[in-house]
Amino acid sequence: MVEEKKFHRQFNYAFIDERTKKEIRRKLLKAVCIPGYQVPYSSPEMPIARGWGTGGLHITLSLIGKEDTFKIIDQGSDASVNACNLRDFVKNTTDCDTTFETSKATLIQTRHRITEEELKAHQIMIFQVPQPEPLRGVERYEKKTREMHAEADYAKMWVSLYESFVRFGDIMRGAGYPVKVNGRYVMSPSPIPRWDIPNLSDAECLYLFGAGREKRLYAVPPHTTVEPLEFEDVKFKIEQFEGLKCEITGEQIAFLDELYGSDGKTTHVVNDSDFMNQIKEKERPIQWVNRYLTEKIEKTFNKN
Amino acid sequence: MDNKEWLLKVENLTKIYGEHSVNTLDKTGPLFNSNQCPETGAIVACANIDFTLHPGEVLGIVGESGSGKSSLVNLLFFDLMAPAGSACLKGYKNDNTNILEVSNQQKRFLRNHKMGMVYQNPRDGLNFRFSSGGNIAEKLLMAGNFHVGSIRERASYLLESTEVPVPRMDETPESFSGGMQQRVQISKAIANNPPLLFLDEVTTGLDVSVQAKVLDMIRRLQQDLNIAMIVVSHDLSVIRMLTDRTIVMKNGRIVEKGLTDQILQDPQHGYTQLLVSSLL
Ligand SMILES: Nc1ncnc2c1ncn2[C@@H]1O[C@H](COP(=O)(O)OP(=O)(O)O)[C@@H](O)[C@H]1O
Ligand SMILES: [Mg+2]
Repeated sequence: MVEEKKFHRQFNYAFIDERTKKEIRRKLLKAVCIPGYQVPYSSPEMPIARGWGTGGLHITLSLIGKEDTFKIIDQGSDASVNACNLRDFVKNTTDCDTTFETSKATLIQTRHRITEEELKAHQIMIFQVPQPEPLRGVERYEKKTREMHAEADYAKMWVSLYESFVRFGDIMRGAGYPVKVNGRYVMSPSPIPRWDIPNLSDAECLYLFGAGREKRLYAVPPHTTVEPLEFEDVKFKIEQFEGLKCEITGEQIAFLDELYGSDGKTTHVVNDSDFMNQIKEKERPIQWVNRYLTEKIEKTFNKN
Repeated sequence: MDNKEWLLKVENLTKIYGEHSVNTLDKTGPLFNSNQCPETGAIVACANIDFTLHPGEVLGIVGESGSGKSSLVNLLFFDLMAPAGSACLKGYKNDNTNILEVSNQQKRFLRNHKMGMVYQNPRDGLNFRFSSGGNIAEKLLMAGNFHVGSIRERASYLLESTEVPVPRMDETPESFSGGMQQRVQISKAIANNPPLLFLDEVTTGLDVSVQAKVLDMIRRLQQDLNIAMIVVSHDLSVIRMLTDRTIVMKNGRIVEKGLTDQILQDPQHGYTQLLVSSLL
């Protein structure tokens, strides 16, 4: 490896060489221009294996500048082993500031969650995506899925929702609920809970998605419509957590984790660790506004 | 044939597999008793096919195995790409647009709204990973029906009219008998009330008793819906039972066409005479 004289480092600023970062930024521009469309990109080698957040890392490293403040969360937590290692890596290769505080961050890399706190126009959220193809479950050939996207042929996706209704009486599948972006492309939002899905739509911030193993980037630009697929009579719903609240903060309007105590009892706590800290130590941050959350709030507080 | 009332007009439809030379079409066909080009080895699946189908009419296509019957309907349903020829559909884009050359999106529209296909093998027409109702739902969804309740209502109605027990609608066709699989396939094919239906050897794999029932059902459906059909079969008794007019094919070419009764009573072409005599 060539020594970089300017910074006396053994590697380039933000690890990836400038040409490759430029390539990634170019692909990101394309992704922003065609919301929800999967753009193939180089997915260069990293010192971690593909599939361990490399897609997100590629985006972060190709965008991050010295004045950025970086935050990374893994399933809502800033302190998980994965988040800590990736944060250290970004910090070591860029010397930029890092933070746990959502409102202070300019770049937020995430796995499996959107922050509970609303993001603003100066912020970018970067998702680590394991499987970018929403149609993979109904069509295993890449050639076919690309044709289906090109022709907006989403019948099979809809049939699989119909089938899920027939089998389970509901269209609520696990994490990664399929959405339609800007009225055109069906997109996988990565495995985030349904709770987070409405926050993708008409947001102030920019959402970027990177799938390192599958070598795909895509984007949801600010103020873009993102609609979960639903039928006229069978609707999308967010998780309800009915009658439950956070064991530590008493919070009722947040995505809750279920914990199993050694005594066999289950308790619930707020999943977003920074949101929980803010509530505990300062004041409750401003949350996203969406109609599902409004319904949930009305339901919760009319009952009490 | 008059031009006043027509639904489908096919001209010079040709499909050749492999590399062909200028002589390929001249050196193949019933005269040579072969569909393989002696120069290049190319296979002429069908060539120079011309016919007109009238609304509500049932046209039979008969011929021995390998004579190009399936190729013909697969071309018209866009399962195969045609290297030559045209097909026009009444009511679609000024009646004079060659549907074989429109975009994939337009072809999908035509497949969903203007025609249906029932394949010999139910696996070609149905997705066995989806329930029977889901298979029908696919067609309805593609036609813009996104209401689960109304999808299920329509699917029940279709299954009922093809004599499939409605309570089994949520089972996959995998567990159904061959006859029932064909009935589900037919339900799916007619889900959006297309004016035209292709049936390719739909009863070939079935027991004789089941065959008769499915044929009865198809005949009733045809009369109730007044849907035009192209019925492909190597079996003249199926042709006799269902069709008004018949095309006889051999080595990828049409060797005779006319009213079914006439062809059966007074076959002109030597090959047809052979077919008819083997029926008796
Ligand atoms: N993929 C292919 N490649 C080469 N020849 C083919 C192919 N598919 C069909 N054929 C040939 O085309 C001819 C017509 O086939 P087909 O239309 O299936 O006949 P039929 O339905 O009358 O039995 C046959 O000789 C068949 O072997
Ligand atoms: Mg055949």
